Parts: sequence; C-alpha cells; structure tokens
Amino acid sequence: MKLYLKIWRQTNTDSNGSFQNYEIDEITPDMSFLEMMDVLNEKLIMEGIDPVAFDHDCREGICGSCSLFINGRAHGPDTGITTCQLHMRKFQDGDSIVIEPFRASSFPVIKDLVVDRKSFDRIQHAGGYISINTSGNTQDANTIPIRKEDADNAFDAATCIGCGACVATCKNASAMLFVSAKVSQFSYLPQGQVEAKDRVLNMVKQMDEEGFGNCTNTGACEVECPKGISIKNIARMNKEFLKAKL
Amino acid sequence: MNKLNSKIPNGPLAGKWTNHKGKINLVSPSNKRNIDVIVVGTGLAGASASATLAELGYNVKSFCFQDSPRRAHSIAAQGGINAAKNYQGDGDSTYRLFYDTIKGGDYRSREANVYRLAEVSGNIIDQCVAQGVPFARDYGGLLDNRSFGGVQVSRTFYAKGQTGQQLLLGAYSAMNRQIARGKIKMYSRHEMMDVVIVKGKARGIIARNLVNGEIERHSAHAVVIASGGYGNIFFLSTNAMGSNVSAAWKIHKKGAFFANPCFTQIHPTCIPVSGDYQSKLTLMSESLRNDGRIWVPKEKADAKLIREGKLSPVDIPEDKRDYYLERKYPAFGNLVPRDIASRAAKERCDNGYGVNKTGEAVYLDFSHAIIRYGEEKAKVSGLDSSDSKLVSKLGKEIVKQKYGNLFQMYEKIVDENPYELPMKIYPAVHYTMGGVWVDYNLMTSIPGCFAIGEANFSDHGANRLGASALMQGLADGYFVLPYTIGDYLSNEISTGEISTDLPEFDKSEKEISAKLKKLISNKGEKSVDFYHKKLGKIMWNKCGMSRNEKDLKSAIKEIKELREDFHKNVKIPGGLNEFNEQLAKATRVSDFLELGELFAIDALERNESCGGHFREEFQTDDGEAIRDDKKFKFVSAWEYNDDPSKPILHKEDLEYEDIEIKTRSYK
Amino acid sequence: MALSGLFLVVFLTQHFLINVTSVFSEDIFNKLSHFMGTNPLVQFVLQPILIFGVIFHFVMGFYLEILNAKSRKNNYSKFSGGSNSSWISRNMIFSGGVILVFLIIHFIDFWIPEMNYKYVEALPEDPNRYFEELVHKFESPLKTAIYSFSFIFLALHLLHGFSSSFKTVGVDSKYYNLIQKGTFLFSVIIPAGFVFIAIFHNLTA
Repeated sequence: MKLYLKIWRQTNTDSNGSFQNYEIDEITPDMSFLEMMDVLNEKLIMEGIDPVAFDHDCREGICGSCSLFINGRAHGPDTGITTCQLHMRKFQDGDSIVIEPFRASSFPVIKDLVVDRKSFDRIQHAGGYISINTSGNTQDANTIPIRKEDADNAFDAATCIGCGACVATCKNASAMLFVSAKVSQFSYLPQGQVEAKDRVLNMVKQMDEEGFGNCTNTGACEVECPKGISIKNIARMNKEFLKAKL
Repeated sequence: MNKLNSKIPNGPLAGKWTNHKGKINLVSPSNKRNIDVIVVGTGLAGASASATLAELGYNVKSFCFQDSPRRAHSIAAQGGINAAKNYQGDGDSTYRLFYDTIKGGDYRSREANVYRLAEVSGNIIDQCVAQGVPFARDYGGLLDNRSFGGVQVSRTFYAKGQTGQQLLLGAYSAMNRQIARGKIKMYSRHEMMDVVIVKGKARGIIARNLVNGEIERHSAHAVVIASGGYGNIFFLSTNAMGSNVSAAWKIHKKGAFFANPCFTQIHPTCIPVSGDYQSKLTLMSESLRNDGRIWVPKEKADAKLIREGKLSPVDIPEDKRDYYLERKYPAFGNLVPRDIASRAAKERCDNGYGVNKTGEAVYLDFSHAIIRYGEEKAKVSGLDSSDSKLVSKLGKEIVKQKYGNLFQMYEKIVDENPYELPMKIYPAVHYTMGGVWVDYNLMTSIPGCFAIGEANFSDHGANRLGASALMQGLADGYFVLPYTIGDYLSNEISTGEISTDLPEFDKSEKEISAKLKKLISNKGEKSVDFYHKKLGKIMWNKCGMSRNEKDLKSAIKEIKELREDFHKNVKIPGGLNEFNEQLAKATRVSDFLELGELFAIDALERNESCGGHFREEFQTDDGEAIRDDKKFKFVSAWEYNDDPSKPILHKEDLEYEDIEIKTRSYK
Repeated sequence: MALSGLFLVVFLTQHFLINVTSVFSEDIFNKLSHFMGTNPLVQFVLQPILIFGVIFHFVMGFYLEILNAKSRKNNYSKFSGGSNSSWISRNMIFSGGVILVFLIIHFIDFWIPEMNYKYVEALPEDPNRYFEELVHKFESPLKTAIYSFSFIFLALHLLHGFSSSFKTVGVDSKYYNLIQKGTFLFSVIIPAGFVFIAIFHNLTA
C-alpha cells in the first residue's frame, strides 16, 4: 500500500505547528496504524528528519496512551478501538490520511501529536477515590453483597481508560463522559455512597476549572469511546450532581 | 563470606510474618513527617506502595515515565488475581496457595516470602473491594471466582478481562487521595536515570524530565524500585513499548544484586507474529484455556495444507486432531502451567505441525465449549437441545458473555471470526520472574534501596502461576513494604533533610549528562530500533523457550558485539533538551544490551531445566524437564563488577522446611 | 438550558392545544384566546415568566456556545462529526437561531400588535376578534411558507433538545428509551400540527 500522510508537526507547547506531507510505501494491511507510524519514523530517522512524536505504550488498547485524530475521527475510522488497535486494512492503497493531535484547550500539545492530559489526573485528584485507608484492616470482601446488575454497571463505567477520545471528538471538548464514568462507577456501589455528594461536586468543579466544554448530549463520545462507555453515565452524573446540589 | 543475608525470621513458617511484624522497629507519626521516600514506577506495586506510605505519613515522591500513573503496564493484566479466600469452599487455604505457588515455581522461590504472600492475599481482595474495585459477582451478590492454570481450586477473582486495569485504578485512586492531600508528589513523564548513594545508603535519584529533557536531582531517605520486569529485552513481548529494565539495572550497577535473570515466562496464549514490522505481541487471557481446547492436526500433511491456505481447520475431523496437552497431561489437560503449555506448543510447531503462514501457531478451539454451553442453556430454558443451530447460537452467546472482549480483540487484530474458526495462538514473552535480589524485607543489597513487584526476583521461582503477578504486586505494595521499610527508616529519624547539593549528586548528574551527550552526538547510521530488534532476535532464538550451551555461548558473544556496535553506530535524531523519544529509548536499549549478556550467562550457568528455564541438555526422553536440586537449589544473585561481561555469582541456598520437594508433574 | 427548554416545551404544548382548536371551532378558539389574553394571572405573571424563559434560553444558548468554542481554541483541519453524531445535535445553535428569527417575526406579527391593541391604544376588548386575526395572518402564502419552514427547524431542535434535556436533568436508565421514543413523537407531531394549522387556514381562508 502507498499512502499520503498529512501530519501535524509542532516543536513544543509554545510554538505554532503546521501540517507536513509525507509519502509512505510498503505498508501492509496487517500492520497496525502505529506500526505504520513506526515505519514512517524509521524512514525519517534514516533521512535525518526528526521523527513524529506520538504517545503509545501498551499497544493492546488498554493503557489509553495513544491519542491520534485520524481523518477527522478520534482513534480513526473504526469504533470501539484505540489507535493501536486500528489496522491498515481499514484504508485503501493510495489513500490520503490526515493525522492531528487530540485538540482541546485543556489538552495542550507537548510535541507533534503528543498532548498533555494531566487535566484528567487533576479531576481524579478532586474526588475520584473512596477515602479508605490501605491498612488491610477493612472488613471481609463478602460482607456487603452487591447486586450483580449494580456490580456489572459499575464495572461498565469503570472500564474507562482515560484516553481522552471523548473530549477530542466532542464538538464542545467536554469531559463529561470521562468524569461521569468515575462518578457513575462509585454511585452504583455501596462503598461510594458515603462521599457521593462531595465527590460529584468537587470533580465537576475541577472539570469546569480545567476549561472543558459543556455537554450537549450529541452522543459522539459514546460512539468513539474505545470501551463503549454509555452516555447514560452522563445522565447519571447529572442526577448525582442535582441530588448533591439540592 | 556470603554477602547474601536473606534475613528470614526464625520460627515456624506460619508465624514468621506475624512475629516479624510484631518485632520490627516502627517510626512514630511525628517522625514520618520528616522522612522522604522515592518510589519509581506506578504499577500495582508502585502505586499501592506510594499510596500506603503516604497514608502512613511519609512524604512520597512518585515517578513514572508514562503521562499518567494510571497507564503503568499492570493495566494490561486480564485474567485475575489469586487469593486464598476459599469462598468457593473447594479446599483452598493459605497453605494450598503457598504450596501451589512453590510447586508452580518449580521449587526455586524463597519459602518464607511465598508463605507471606499467600497469607496476605485475602487482605488484598478486602482492600480492593473497599476501594470500589468492581470485581465480578454472582447473582447472590457475592464475589465470583474462576480457576486458572496449574491449580485445582477456583481462587481467582476477576473483573471481566480487565482485572489489572481495575486493580490499578483502585491503587491509582488511593494515590489520588494522597496527591490531593499533598502527601504524594507525582512526577509523570519522568525517567529515573540513576540512584545516588551516599555513604553506602541510597539517598536519592537522578531523573530526566521527558518533556523538556531537564536533568533533576531528588533526594530521599529510601528509594523504592517498582519499575516492573524486563521482558522487552526480547523486543517482541506482551510488555508495553515503554517497559524497561533501566531503573533496576541502574541500581544493579550501583551494587544491588540481580537474581535469576534467565527465569522468563513465555505465555502460551498470545496472538502469533504476523510480520517483520510487528512491534509487540498481544496476549489473550489464560482464562481462555478454561474453555478452549488446544490442538494441531495429527497429520503433517494436513498442517501443510492449512499453512498453504488450502484447508480450513473446521474441515479436519475429530480423529485427525491432536489435542496434545490433553494427550500428554491428562490430569491437568489444557490447564497445565504456562511454561509447560508454551513448550508443548513450540515442540509441535518445531516438528512441523504449526498452522499459520509462519508455521508458528496452534489452535485454541471453542467449538466444543459452544456446544456444551449451548446444550446446557437449551435444557435450562426448556428448549430443544438437539437443534444444533439453536445450541450453537445459545452457546456462542454464553461464550461471548465470558470472553466477548477477548474474542473481539482477536478479531480486530487477526481479521478472523473466532466464533466460527478456532483461534490461532503462539507463546510470547510475558513476565520475568528474575529481577533485583531482595531480602525478606524487600531490601536490595544496597541499604535503603528496596525493590517490589515484578522488579524484584520475586516469589515466583522459575515459573509464575496465572493471576499471581497482580497478587504479588499488591501484596508487596500494600501490605509488606510499608511495614518492612519502617524497620530501616527507624534509623533515619534524626538524619534530617538530605541535600541534593552533596558531591554524590553532582557526580551522578555529571555522569548521566555526559552519557546522554555522547549518545546524542553519536554520528551513527542505524536507528535504536534496529539494535533492539536485533537483540530481540538473539534473545528469542538463543535464550528463548529452550536453550542449550552452544547457543548461549554464541548469544553471549553476539550480544557483546552488538552492544559495542550500538555505542559506535547508533543514530539518535533531535536534541537533549526536548521531548525526544528516540533518546529515551536509546538509554533503555543500552541497558537491555548489558542485561542480555547477564541473562545468557545466568542461563548458561544453570545446568538444569526448571520452570521457564529449559535447557535442551537436561530433559527426559519424552521431553520433560530434568531439575537438579542437588546442584541448583539456589537463587543466582549476580553482582556487577564494572564490566557487564564479568559478573560475580553469589548463591542463596533455598531451604524448604514445610514442603516436600517433588518432581513437578502435571500428568 | 434543559430546564428552560423543558419549560418552553410545556408552553409549546399549551400553545398548540389552543391553536389546534381553531381548526374545528372558531368559538372555542376565541374563548380560549380571550381568556389567555385578558386573564391577569396569564398576562402579568405567566407572560413575563415565559418571556424570561425564552430570553434565558437563547442568551444561555449563545453564552454556552461561546464558552464551548473556547474549550477548543485550535480547531481540527478535518472533523468528521457526521460519523458519530447527528447533524441536528451538533447544530442546535443553528436551528435555535432560525427559531429565534422566527420568534422575532412572530412577535412583530402577533405579540406587538396585541400589546399595542390592549395596552398602548387600549382599544375595547372584542372577545371574537382572535380567530379573524389568526386567519388573516395566514392569508399570505409567503408568510405561511416562512411559518412552516421555521417549524421544520423547531422539529429538528426538539428532536435533539427534548430528550437531551432529560439527560441533563439526570434521568438515566429506567425511562431512557421511553424518552427517546416520546421525543421523536412529540418533535414530529407538534411542529407538524402547527404547520397543518397554518396551511389549513391558508387554504380555507
């Protein structure tokens, strides 16, 4: 396969970036998208050009590091996957591919396609935990039975990998799906009830301070979420929020 | 004199940990406030240790190279975490978990450590549930368990195929709580470059900020290494791209002994390699072996036709299939431990029975499970269980519930539907049992420097059982280190703050800067990946699933040559003071190139086959491992001696008081 | 947004129910209109609330739109919004804008003359004038067309906005699917009804 790549290059956070065009050959359909990027970088290094920086780590769709916006979509033209799980068989020989970083004011670009997602961490610091001591003196794990349905719902919300695709794809760059996933997870569990009010208020406050946009329920986030987290979690967080406020 | 003192407490096995905890020194809360601890790595061990130490009152500085502590590679663990809760009432106990772990590890782990691990395992589950980790539950609302390879009880707790992720998020949330309290200072996108030793004690680290390339000095009263394993030395492994040995290797070069480097686990159920460009291998949970049956064609001719794409596996009748694990190991069948399953797959493929283009794959077949579950479901629902279409549909639904995410992952990568065609799998490097040598208190041979989780030589001996890595990481971080580190730190209460202006910090920083400058100004012509791939090939071909003297000797030579070539000919683009992934990678590969040699030396030294270490010279006529307890019942702890080629071996004899040493048999 | 939106939905329903009577009974329509036009509670309490609701809804809409735009200062060069969300949901500001323009026309058409009639010129109340006025407005095919066109946008606005507001106020799992269906029916029937009334009077006038 031969491909025409248009990639965002930016030296650092403070510099202005621009698109650069690259041609690449000998790509096979079985390659993952990031392996295609490896091939490109290998070529660039040999030509004495600075390779394209992009975040990646586990390459099996679970760490949430990879973050590319490919041809107008977070994690590229497929659903339910991260970029590392995208394979070149989704493209045709001779295709042009536009590769941009996840764009949001709360995700400043560090270099090229690498963005800083610390804002997500800071939201978690604001309340994404249950204040239980790690002493090992907790009660037996089976003391409190939890309805299977609730446990499953909590799990489904908890599968968020914090990649930021929801923010990247949202026309408002809203982080509601991310925040609601955590709030919702704890709201289904008895352990989460004690701090429920403070949690939702503090996390939402931090989210707003970070400069994320507002949710207008377009539903783009749940389509692009690699873990298929439902937008229902946003409704659930809104409920928790209103409950806490009233 | 033996330099190794494992400091195992006296007394009966079952009471060792309790007695030890009761007797070791403590640090009072007011003193803890004046003590700093550095933790490198934020996987299960690092995150849980950071959170717990901060909660106890120490000032913790946490480092990770990822952009967030939540991304450490512990998240990739799928299957589950073991704990001797005996919730299923199937005869599990602390002793049985201990016994299984020692036996699974082929009698090459330290008895007292393993017992402690089994002892605290139950606590982990309590802790995690309290943190809101959404473990799978049954309809009664209680925790569910599954069984895992190498054992005969169901003691594995799980959260669908995301157990590692959920446990790490639990530990990460505990960390977040401490970060919010200001007790943990988090340094993400930072790489530890060296440990600083002052008057024989670990007193801090030199770190590089990966965003702007700045070299930073950080001091502390103790340094904890929780940087994971070194499986990436093979280039292709199930580890993350960034997983590296550097932190562990840096402390090794400063005096910490490195133990059993050759003990590597090759995981049997991974997606096979598809081409040269491949950057990593994807593991699929071992839990698949609960329901999947592994086979290859009985006839070589059939295998050949399959490889050529002229025959489909579904067209091979039952009597022409060789369910080789069930044939060779009737007692455990498809659930034999990982090392055995991996080697058996290799043996079949080497003999020409492989089933993909490269000839390196075997089948993992769910068709029987689909029928079995389908019939059961049809009967329960009062439907016609003789309707094969209906049975197949119902069965697939149940298989989907159990393994849906894994099947989906497989389909995305391989582009084949595993509900219709059997999966193709092949072993891949997964976990390293070897690591930094530690005593019972998890302290390395450098005073004040600790190693936890996969980074230490751990409790798994020569082979780790499934679902035990998560258990060990969390046990070390939540329940062991926080006690034992206090014993050391109790002597540090009057030390006061440690200055980063000490000459030792100066010297260390200068060395690092010089090394980086040399790398970046090297006018070579080959990329870092070129060397990494080459090293990986040597390791896989000569130090992989089976090893022999000739290959190991040539590997030692080749790695040494490759290392020298690397320093002459590597080409690193970009500059020092910027985000430069190639430079970061180069420092890691340079460490792998040193470790590789030690790895091969260790494998050559160990003239026996045990666990993940299989020496072709030491096998029975039917290909089973021959362990030599007379000569090799010890931990090989290697001391660095200025040159990676000349390590000094120290032996820690392993004594088993409460367990009878047997030949491991899963027949 | 959601609460004011839901409030406006209630108003819209009420408005529709009154208007629809004009199709089959001139008398009922006149009676209801007279009541709405002269009842002090409606005129001096509900009407200001309604006006406030409308203003709040669109001012907030614009304000949030600006805020949201700020949360992504550098835009994508390629953005395939259509692959994961509906055009309607992404363009509420646009459909809302059209509705706002319509409202202004509507005010000039109905409300200002009405206010003028009642409070500025203080003409004597004729309880039977409403129907004639209504029919008179729809005599022009152009006006009927503009009116109908605007209601298509109202339908689009409602299709997303109605169910979306339930999500915003936190209605999750239980009634979720019911609301989706209800939204669809409501968003089609009410605007279509208004259009029907307009065309009906245009044709029968």
